[in-house]
Amino acid sequence: MERNHTLIELDNITFSYPSRESVLNGLNLTFCKGERVGFVGTNGSGKTTLFHIIMGLLRPKVGRIRVFGEFRETESDFREVREKIGLLFQDADDQLFCPTVAEDIAFGPLNLGKTYDETRDIVRETLEAVGLVGFEDRVTYNLSGGEKKLVSLATVIAMKPTVLLLDEPTTGLDEETTERIIRFLNNNTSFSYITISHDREFLEQTTHCIYKMKGGKVEKE
Amino acid sequence: MIREEFSSGDSFIHRLDPRVKLVVAILFSIVVAVADRFTVLLSGLLFSIVIIAMARLKVRQVSYRLLIVNGFILLLWIFLPFTFPGETLFSIGRFNASREGIIYSSLITIKSNSIILSCIALIATSSITTLVHALRHLYVPDKLVYLFFFCYRYIHVIHLEYTRLVNAMRIRCFRPRTNIHTYKSYAYLVGMLLLRSYDRSERVYSAMLCRGFKGKFWMLDHFSLKRSDLVSGVMMLLYIMGLVLLQWRETIL
Repeated sequence: MERNHTLIELDNITFSYPSRESVLNGLNLTFCKGERVGFVGTNGSGKTTLFHIIMGLLRPKVGRIRVFGEFRETESDFREVREKIGLLFQDADDQLFCPTVAEDIAFGPLNLGKTYDETRDIVRETLEAVGLVGFEDRVTYNLSGGEKKLVSLATVIAMKPTVLLLDEPTTGLDEETTERIIRFLNNNTSFSYITISHDREFLEQTTHCIYKMKGGKVEKE
Repeated sequence: MIREEFSSGDSFIHRLDPRVKLVVAILFSIVVAVADRFTVLLSGLLFSIVIIAMARLKVRQVSYRLLIVNGFILLLWIFLPFTFPGETLFSIGRFNASREGIIYSSLITIKSNSIILSCIALIATSSITTLVHALRHLYVPDKLVYLFFFCYRYIHVIHLEYTRLVNAMRIRCFRPRTNIHTYKSYAYLVGMLLLRSYDRSERVYSAMLCRGFKGKFWMLDHFSLKRSDLVSGVMMLLYIMGLVLLQWRETIL
């Protein structure tokens, strides 16, 4: 029974970038449904790397990754992972690449095989959810920093993931936009998520427990 | 970084369907580039002037762009007349200017100016976003369209990165001089910019993969061809046909 609730299971993950010491060193992590976890740790402690490993963007040297109960090794294994886990990148400029906001949000759902009509509804709903109604035809690179972040969040949740991995979602945002993100997370209780952040106040308001990354491992604080 | 100065406006040309504008601009450029008769080229120039007048753009900005193009053409005028073989018209010292050389230079001048003017009037009056959509509606291969668009999209980001690097150099009192230190620093700047851009492209690609990218781009907007688009498109194409007939009358008829 317990098994069914485990979403992500990392077993003895070791990873290093070329010609550097291991960033992750025998890391173990179990993440269950409904959990809301905060990740803290010094810069370069491997938080972002860990996210990229879960998404299959980086492959560990050693260790096994089990997501939704199945071991994931090849690119095609990770396709399904990416459909259900949404990763919000640190830098919104990495995430937004379509000409208009609507197209950027539509990109994911269309890739998942939704029809144009369904996608149009998804775009509208998602923009409502993040409070950006009327932004459909805005050009993505002319948005302000806060707007870019909210649109990035919209592009991720438009795919209706069950798990979110948020990489410093509030860094560089003003209070109001931060508040909006907090409100969004607290209003949408269906998501399980892990969020990296250096902002203690944000973590206190949005997570149940905080893990610390240290020496290539994760430990409970 | 790239300001689309001409794309905002409400003239007749601005409101034309971008697909019509693209097709006309491309065909016009090809015909003008290939033609070599003065009557044809002058009629072409007339066409460009008429549409640019219809686009009602700021004369100053248009002339500024023309100035840049004609700067290059000035170089041609310095060299071509004196190096092109033919009947001598006049000489400066040991250099003889040929009649053929001068004719050739004039042809190039008229050609480039008409093509640039028509491109400003027809292509620069649409935003890049619209152009990307129009290109895709015209069935230009996805890869080419997105190469074009990504260049545009990330030039801005890369330029920001460039200014960041330059500022980092400036606040530590870097002043370019003619010495190894300067060259070395510039080399680092360029190297760093390449690396960062490469990293950026990797991250963008990762972000796309995370959203289920499988090599296909999607399009939401659909243009509708209005009657006025059709009529003006046909009229412009007829004019271009006229140019073709004027140029290759003997071969065609």
